[in-house]
Amino acid sequence: MVAFVVTALVCFITYLLLTIGSANNASFLNLWMWSIEEIIFGLVLSILVGIVARKVFIKKSLRMLNPVRWLKFIGYMIGPFFIGMAKANFDVAYRVITGKINPGIVKISPNLKTDLGVTMLANSITLTPGTLTVDIDENTNDLYIHWINVKKEALDKMPVDCKFICGKFDKHVRGIAE
Amino acid sequence: MNFFGIPDIYLVILGLLFLSIIMAIIRVIKGPTAPDRIVGLDTINTIVIVSMIIFGLAAGSVIYVDVAIVYAFLSFISTLFIAKYLEGGEF
Amino acid sequence: MLNQLIDIVIYILLAIGVFFNILAGIGLLRFPDVYTRLHAGTKCTTFGSIFLCGSVILYGLRMWILGNVDGSIWVIHTGIALVAILLTNPTGAHALARAAHRSGVKPVGAVIDELENKPTKKSANKMEAKK
Repeated sequence: MVAFVVTALVCFITYLLLTIGSANNASFLNLWMWSIEEIIFGLVLSILVGIVARKVFIKKSLRMLNPVRWLKFIGYMIGPFFIGMAKANFDVAYRVITGKINPGIVKISPNLKTDLGVTMLANSITLTPGTLTVDIDENTNDLYIHWINVKKEALDKMPVDCKFICGKFDKHVRGIAE
Repeated sequence: MNFFGIPDIYLVILGLLFLSIIMAIIRVIKGPTAPDRIVGLDTINTIVIVSMIIFGLAAGSVIYVDVAIVYAFLSFISTLFIAKYLEGGEF
Repeated sequence: MLNQLIDIVIYILLAIGVFFNILAGIGLLRFPDVYTRLHAGTKCTTFGSIFLCGSVILYGLRMWILGNVDGSIWVIHTGIALVAILLTNPTGAHALARAAHRSGVKPVGAVIDELENKPTKKSANKMEAKK
């Protein structure tokens, strides 16, 4: 039941966002910025989608419904993630112009447990300086990373230490998703 | 110059975006292996989405942005299918 | 006065975005193998699209604040398109990198390749069949 309500609500909010500004000046049946037809149609559609997709959208736990986690996620997106991305682009610009590369594929084990956490960490690694996620070991959640400029001191220990690749991202992701 | 009522500055920006699409097309034609060509196509997809949004801004019509959203999801699905095909194995 | 200032900010954002998109094109031409080309093609286009979409969002916000309700459509729809780009671009890059490695493309001039030793699903199945 909770899964159905959450799925239908998310659907309805998405529909409202996509039809914003549909209010008609000639008609008096308007709810602020939406016309009444769009709202009725959106309600019917989102109830249908909620019945069909409730088991696909929410798998096990309702952990991500906590608003504190959303605030942390937004803070992470506009703070450390955006700075990392800006650095990554100047790094790529430097390597495009000079042509200095020293690539290699290394393995790290960040010890994340949930699927959402692994997805977020992998996407963050792809968009930050000099690294690109290539493959994943599905049993142990280890990530294989293509690194454009391999540092000598990182190769001493064999599963390479997390801090060379992702900095503090794994701590942020653990706070958001686990 | 007045080209379909689009201001000059947007014409310059769309021209520069077209230049980067041309560079990606050269990679698609030259690319020694199949994954190289697909990387070029993926880059072209992203640039086309962005230039649709900018063209909407230049032409003053919001419908281009809706088309860009749909194009983004469809191109993502096509990229995933081509990658799965290159990988081999069962679907 | 403020109107012209916002116009100048929009033009600056457009210029930054176009610069990074052209950088992606040059990177695609100059780098030696698939993985480094993916670096250029994914990061630069994503960062450039943030700025280009940001300029359109700024244009819509100015329209909305000046009292035209159509501005809200610009802001929300461009925001949804930006979220779609941010979600789909890195995921597509992973899929392409994995497909390239499994179809046998080696990274050029690699110092180390730990993925080579990992058994793929196909070879694991063959091993089981031999037993």
